[in-house]
Amino acid sequence: MFRQAKWDEPLIFELSREGRVGYTMPKPIEDVSVEVPEKLRRKSPLNLPQLSEPEVVKHYTRLSEMNYGVDSGIYPLGSCTMKYNPKINEEIAGHPGVAYVHPYQDERTVQGALKIMWELEQWLKEITGMDRFTLQPAAGANGEFTGVSIIRAYHLDRGDTQRTEMLVPDSAHGTNPASAAMAGFKVIEIPSNENGTVDLEALENAVSERTAGLMLTNPNTLGIFEDEILEIARIVHKAGGLLYYDGANLNAVLGKVRPGDMGFDVVHLNLHKTFSTPHGGGGPGSGPVGVKDFLKDYLPVPLVGYDEENDRYYLDYNVPKSIGKVKELYGNFAVMVRALTYLKVMGRGGLKEASEIAVLNANYITQKLKGTRGYELPHKELRKHEVVFSADPMKKETGVKALDVAKRLLDFGLHAPTIYFPLIVHEALMIEPTETVSKEELDAYVEALKRISEEAYSNPEIVKGAPHNAAVRRVDDVLAAKRPIITWRMYRELKEKGEVDI
Amino acid sequence: MGRHYLPNAAHKEELVKEIGFASVEDLFSDVPKGMVKEFNLPEGKSEYEVFLELNEVLSKNRTVLEMPSFLGAGTYFHYVPAHVKYLIERSEFLTSYTPYQPEVSQGMLQALFEYQSLIAELVGLPIVNASMYDWGTAMAEAALMSARVTRRNKFVVPKALSPEKRKVLHTYTAGPGVEIEYVDWNENGQVDIEKLKEAVDGAAGVYVEIPNFFGVLEEEITAIGEIAHDAGALFVVGVDPTILGVMEAPGELGADVVVGEAAYFGNPMNFGGPRAGIFAVKNDRKLVRQMPGRIIGMTKDADGKRAFVMTLQTREQHIRRAKATSNICSNEALVAVAAAIHLATLGPKGLTELGEVILKNTAYLKKRLSEVAEIPFKGVNFKDVLVRFGKPYNEIHKALLERNIHGGYYIGEHFPELGESALFAATETTRKEWVDALIEVLKEVA
Repeated sequence: MFRQAKWDEPLIFELSREGRVGYTMPKPIEDVSVEVPEKLRRKSPLNLPQLSEPEVVKHYTRLSEMNYGVDSGIYPLGSCTMKYNPKINEEIAGHPGVAYVHPYQDERTVQGALKIMWELEQWLKEITGMDRFTLQPAAGANGEFTGVSIIRAYHLDRGDTQRTEMLVPDSAHGTNPASAAMAGFKVIEIPSNENGTVDLEALENAVSERTAGLMLTNPNTLGIFEDEILEIARIVHKAGGLLYYDGANLNAVLGKVRPGDMGFDVVHLNLHKTFSTPHGGGGPGSGPVGVKDFLKDYLPVPLVGYDEENDRYYLDYNVPKSIGKVKELYGNFAVMVRALTYLKVMGRGGLKEASEIAVLNANYITQKLKGTRGYELPHKELRKHEVVFSADPMKKETGVKALDVAKRLLDFGLHAPTIYFPLIVHEALMIEPTETVSKEELDAYVEALKRISEEAYSNPEIVKGAPHNAAVRRVDDVLAAKRPIITWRMYRELKEKGEVDI
Repeated sequence: MGRHYLPNAAHKEELVKEIGFASVEDLFSDVPKGMVKEFNLPEGKSEYEVFLELNEVLSKNRTVLEMPSFLGAGTYFHYVPAHVKYLIERSEFLTSYTPYQPEVSQGMLQALFEYQSLIAELVGLPIVNASMYDWGTAMAEAALMSARVTRRNKFVVPKALSPEKRKVLHTYTAGPGVEIEYVDWNENGQVDIEKLKEAVDGAAGVYVEIPNFFGVLEEEITAIGEIAHDAGALFVVGVDPTILGVMEAPGELGADVVVGEAAYFGNPMNFGGPRAGIFAVKNDRKLVRQMPGRIIGMTKDADGKRAFVMTLQTREQHIRRAKATSNICSNEALVAVAAAIHLATLGPKGLTELGEVILKNTAYLKKRLSEVAEIPFKGVNFKDVLVRFGKPYNEIHKALLERNIHGGYYIGEHFPELGESALFAATETTRKEWVDALIEVLKEVA
């Protein structure tokens, strides 16, 4: 039985003891006094903790023990592609040639870094069927913003000023409409049909001379391949819009099909999903954006160029209609290094096999779980990298919700799926096992979900009261929002007023 | 290759049959036939071969350990205590994702709550989010937020702004149509107060930096804040947090919003990324409701025990979609945790000492540079020093490179009015012998 570590670990501030020191500091070059104007000198207290290094190390080690990662067990968080992050990636990213390089060094002294970026771009181009990439975006959403900003710049450049609408399916990630809105678009939602794919008739009706583009994930967030993709592309292009590919689900089709061949004009990828770089508790990620040739002049600056004749890599700021920058400097370089390492180890055959097994594993769960009481499988059976079950029958029949199922899974040392997403499935359980888990782990996951079903119908309280074996019991998120305590500073103030008892 | 990451590769056919498919191809029967193609990619290699190859490539970089560097302009070589790297590489932190299941993610949640708390102490504001991508995007989001909060459409920034931040700001504000107005610097290289007064009319926000892009400490922070507030604008301060043991907290100087770069703590330069943007606001409902990014809060579990959870999520994209305050989803969590660990290690004494050492080393660099070139702006510098040369800087830079020195960052192309100028920077890592060697070469070539 799983038991997560349960340290009653105080906040680092509460561990502080006056006078303890955890650092060493080099002496200044010259001990001159620098006249900082008195009105700028710090007078307010600096309430930082005072701790020695071993105390700091123990504190964060204990905290880490109360955290579940991909290395702890199966982590089938749908749409997040929580695959194993090979350790060789970390080894290479730890090279001093990564850590100790300043981004403004002369090009002659960063040929290695630029070569890494240029090579990564070549891999991504072939994998997606795109003609040029920027590696600048820091994450998927930053990539989406880049992509839709490029679409905006393209239409404006052509004098097409009335193209103010971005079409987004109702099954899309929340970042899609949010990114489009941030770039100034009006978002038009396209409903899904009974197969869980884009409703072509609704799409036909939605496109017009105001359409800037359609943002699509393929396979979509239900794990279903949009088999009418060529027709979708035709409709959007005929109306003068562009087709945007959200690469969150690319892991399903690596080495099989390419967004560029499906008709997409702009693509963003998530190196932290598809290409095995660790998610780090929510970042850093990396969200490169690829475009077809006719859009390359709008990419952010700088691009990485290669002068074959002189065998020199260089930063190219000569991008005539560039949208500018979506992040400082060149992007999350240390993440790019990890992704390239992975690509080189996997190669053509490895990537293809990774996708096949990711799809096999998702369908394995689909077939083994379907028919279990309380879970329903809306839409068609054949899935790609993920499957979305609904716990709606269970909720109606026993009062046990998708949230409870998720919490109960934690008790077995298994991470929950993504829940309540996509929004078009009630009580959604969105399971993406990835290719890096074993048959035994898949079987254990299905067994746990079946056991929870039995519990829901016989002893629902044990499910509703879960988790029992995690570091803490069910967390009160309503209280957190009602009485926000965001920092130690706020906590201290409330504590002094006697308004908190934790 | 890569089968060593794929446990089920050994039983692929067997498992396919077990779930009722004839072949792997059957699993892809929904993909239109004509679309499937063989990719033109290299075959995989053994980890050893990749290790050798990429080590060789990366060794072509000439690091700041091999050649002394005076590059700054927004990226600085700081020393990161070794334990920081070991702690953030703990698998449980490194390989987790956004803590959607708080009960098994208390470690990351508490570490991020501590990051927010440590930054709050530094900047003097009580509400801090769990990170933005970097300082530049944090500043751009502050501009958008100012526009939403005030329902105005202009953001006022100093002309002495880094080209990186300037470009990010323009890209972020292009869609929503927020206008950017630049305020010139005065003879001291600080914001020209009279010109600011002219620009501030109708502004949603006024932005100023500590120190500014030229490395100069703005002396009139409080006055600038008052001008902003008198005009009904938000006062947004960008800060290099390594100065905050020495310099007063921006929250105490009137800031409504503070942005900055958290990765100066705990993280190496990494050729410019990843980073982590600081985003902090006053405890004002309007600001809190309009701020971007993830926020971790303290609450209780079912037993009444202290616990942590993502909170105030009704601002975010996964709930509000097109009406969210920002599209940000993945942030820079691990970078923020590294910063927190480093800050916890420094403590109040260490942070103050860090600021003092940087001020002194910068003063030494400035003094020595003044022997060989013009320093146009007086005042106190922190890290960067603007130096003007009498001949083309690229020749000087090349000569320095030939002597194994990374010279300063040329800003003449971005600020032609400053001539052949470059920013030279010092931090706590700068050595006397490096500066002395630099001056020797400059005496010859500048």
